[in-house]
Amino acid sequence: METIAMPAINFAAIMPEIILSVVAMLLLLVNVFVPTKDKAYLGYLSIIGIAVACVSAVGGWGNPQSGFGGAIIQDNFAIFFKVIYLVSSALVILISDRYMAQEECNHGELYPLILFATIGMMLMASGTDLMVIFLGLELLSVCLYVLAGFNRANIKSNEAGLKYFLLGAFSTGFLLYGMALTYGATGSTKIMAIQANVMANPSIATNPMFVIGMLLIAVGFSFKIAAAPFHMWTPDVYEGAPTPMTAFLSAGPKAAGFAAFIRVMIFAFPMLKANWTDLLWILAVLTMTVGNIIALSQDNIKRMLAYSSIAHAGYALVGFTACNAEGAAGILFYMLSYAFMNIGAFAVIILIGKKGEKNCNVSDYAGLAFKKPVLAAVFTVFLFSLAGVPPTAGFIGKFYLFSAALKSGYLWLAVIGVLNSAASVYYYLRVTVFMYMKDPTEEFDWAAATPSIALCLLVSVVATLALGIVPGTILELAQKAVQF
Amino acid sequence: MSQTLPLLSILTFTPLIGAIVLLFVNKNSHGVLRTVAMAVSVLTFLASIPLFLGYNGPATATGNIGGFQFLEKMPWITAGPFQMSYHVGIDGISLWLVILTTFIMPIAILSTWTAVQEKVKEYMILLLLLEVGMIGAFISLDLFLFYIYWEVMLIPMYFIIGIFGGKNKIYAAIKFFVFTMVGSLLMLVALIVLYLKAGAGDFSLLRFYELQLDPVTQTWMFLAFALAFAIKVPMFPLHTWLPDAHTEAPTAGSVILAAVMLKMGTYGFVRFAMPLFPDATARFTPLIATLAVIGIIYASLVAMVQDDVKKLVAYSSVAHLGFVMLGLFALNQQGVTGAMLQMLNHGVSTGALFLIVGFIYERRHTRQIADFGGLAKQMPVFATIFMIVTLSSIGVPGTNGFVGEVLVLLGAFQGPMRWYAIFATSGVILSAVYMLWMFQRVMFGELNNPKNQVLKDLNAREVCIMIPLVVLVFFMGLYPRPFIDSMAPSIDRMIQQSKGRNVIAAIPAPVLPQMAAPVVMPVAAPDAVAPVAPESK
Repeated sequence: METIAMPAINFAAIMPEIILSVVAMLLLLVNVFVPTKDKAYLGYLSIIGIAVACVSAVGGWGNPQSGFGGAIIQDNFAIFFKVIYLVSSALVILISDRYMAQEECNHGELYPLILFATIGMMLMASGTDLMVIFLGLELLSVCLYVLAGFNRANIKSNEAGLKYFLLGAFSTGFLLYGMALTYGATGSTKIMAIQANVMANPSIATNPMFVIGMLLIAVGFSFKIAAAPFHMWTPDVYEGAPTPMTAFLSAGPKAAGFAAFIRVMIFAFPMLKANWTDLLWILAVLTMTVGNIIALSQDNIKRMLAYSSIAHAGYALVGFTACNAEGAAGILFYMLSYAFMNIGAFAVIILIGKKGEKNCNVSDYAGLAFKKPVLAAVFTVFLFSLAGVPPTAGFIGKFYLFSAALKSGYLWLAVIGVLNSAASVYYYLRVTVFMYMKDPTEEFDWAAATPSIALCLLVSVVATLALGIVPGTILELAQKAVQF
Repeated sequence: MSQTLPLLSILTFTPLIGAIVLLFVNKNSHGVLRTVAMAVSVLTFLASIPLFLGYNGPATATGNIGGFQFLEKMPWITAGPFQMSYHVGIDGISLWLVILTTFIMPIAILSTWTAVQEKVKEYMILLLLLEVGMIGAFISLDLFLFYIYWEVMLIPMYFIIGIFGGKNKIYAAIKFFVFTMVGSLLMLVALIVLYLKAGAGDFSLLRFYELQLDPVTQTWMFLAFALAFAIKVPMFPLHTWLPDAHTEAPTAGSVILAAVMLKMGTYGFVRFAMPLFPDATARFTPLIATLAVIGIIYASLVAMVQDDVKKLVAYSSVAHLGFVMLGLFALNQQGVTGAMLQMLNHGVSTGALFLIVGFIYERRHTRQIADFGGLAKQMPVFATIFMIVTLSSIGVPGTNGFVGEVLVLLGAFQGPMRWYAIFATSGVILSAVYMLWMFQRVMFGELNNPKNQVLKDLNAREVCIMIPLVVLVFFMGLYPRPFIDSMAPSIDRMIQQSKGRNVIAAIPAPVLPQMAAPVVMPVAAPDAVAPVAPESK
């Protein structure tokens, strides 16, 4: 009788995922058997789980582990991204309880779902096999579809969930088909093998099956990172989803999309750089411009931040187009700092928002600075960071990305990037205009921060300013992480 | 004389510490807030005096004539190919600009004593943060650090205009911010390209001065830098943000904007755009000189027809800075010295003018010239001070304005810039026209308006604010020697660099050990080379 040879599993490569899975499944059980209505304790337990997973991930730095016969790798690149996901999940969990309780959709399944989504993201970052990346993507997406529609009683949330599901499923189809075609052209789904195949036959770039496969993979990932013209789902989903879930969507999955994109493109197809950097150039310019221009006219602050996140994906794509170590390191740094500033901004939006998703217009922030000065100041830091004004993390991130583009010789891309940055200042400033320069119409007494939200805000603002003033360490780590 | 105290860093961060202290003061105790802010700014001014006493232009190490002193360098960010350091220092050019900043700040804060009664805490904090940014920008020798301070300056000013300004404050604030930011961002791209062209190393200015770039690269980079600085100066036709920002800003905001922040633009030209790109400087001199002269004449003509006093003074700023630009691009000893002096003069006289407008506004809540008339009878002390400042702004001999303008025109008159100087001279006449006519309509004539008949003259605090400025008007006008002497060697060096000959035989690039603690470059012993005597004497 023949036995199937089991590939070496190497649990060390997926220890953080294992820890999180165990925690998530335990939490599901706990949620069922503990009959309280207040689910905050689940949040605290999940944060503990995240902390343990984080420690495990960070402990593996500098010690790449390959597992499942080369399908998974936990190298510096994966660890950097895993930390980004874990941090974003922790911050999101901190801010979700208040909102969920307020909107009366405080189901305990929220926390395990967030954890499962995080596991999916971590698989995307450490996957070195197209199938594993796909697996992670699907795990992430299914959880996100549910999370986007979590607020069952709110019709916008239902719409968000459904839209995301339909468009996401469709784009996953593209991705999978692209992966299948690539498999057909190169004979393997393992990224290492694909790279070897491409190096051995450079003429594969003219093989239509391969080219189309590559394009379809790019399309699939572009949907995930909300690059134009595949961004149409973003505003509606971001606006309709419960605000903590919007925060999660904007930070984690975007970073996950970029991680997988970098892994596939820069690692698997580096020789074909000349072919796809032109495509990416167009994608980057389109994304930045579309995001910024449409954001200029938005009144709903969640929608405005949705378009701004499209624009930020555009800036990261600039680093992608540069296709050098600095560009990739810039993307890593940018994703980390973006997680902090965006989740922080959404935390403030959660505080100011009222039941039923009310009070989400920019004009509702009038006079906030004089009723809640600390909150307004913190929000201003995040807004300036998103706009790319020194001395914040947003500026350093943009600086690094544009420098990478200039280093590769893309002068016009950098110029378009900075002009877009200048244009974006307007809509971020508009919020500060309302907060500081208009008279308050209400007392904002419902906007008292709970301890967990206060913690999230504190961590985010400190991180934003620290990454802006002394980014050297993290930038060095990011540089190390992209030396595959 | 070797420094062990990082004086420049202390100078930069004292206002920051003051701002942090103010955060903890109760927002209703206005007296405490104002006193603390005042104390911090006076302290900063006193801390800047050793700069002047310790600066030794001619008598420094061989080859370092007019070079940077009070140096501090500390590695800051090392990330992949990029290396930024915290590198600060001053030379003769930035010395006086720093002192101008620390000098004007207490005056500005003192002027808000009764003007701002609400949100005093925010106001004081913003003013102090502004001071940090301004001093930092003047002393930065690392281009990245300079850029950070340059942008950081915008934030407090934006809030000052937007929260405490006049009717159209939001429009003015946003215009100011976005307009300036667009220019700066293009400068950022040029900065990065400059760094990439310079090869491995840090963003230190001294290293970039050594670069020999080809003319085409120089042209584009000069344009990018010049755009950012031209918006700030402001040069015609990029000046449109200024009248709005100045008119809508509160008094202290206008004073600082005029006295210091406009100098950032011209400082940027002197320190960066001209010495870094000498060939491009030569190529664009006609363009910039033309724009400068147009600015002088156009702004003067527009100022003449203004009915708002503050707007009139704002346009006069554009005209004055046109003179500065003209002097700078004359690139000779007189021209540049005159330009530098005019920078300081403009700070003093236009700062004083805005303070005076602030006095009137506080009393009558209007700035329309038509609402005034015959005030001299009612407020004699005010009239005297106003007259002195007006004469200074026009450039009457005996006042500081005269020395600066004469030097600028003398410098511009030499060589190919002759016609520019001839046209610019008409600007002097025009400035007399608009200023004196405004003065006559406001101060002389019949005291008809009953609201004006009950106005009180300047009180003790207001006189205290104006006295240092009036003293400076005469001091700088009658005895400008200390200013000129300390600036001369640095100006010489700048001219040499901007003319395309890096003649300064090997500025010893400070080989500083990369240590964690701030390291201060010891100012070496005087050498035997005779200092270059300024020709204008």
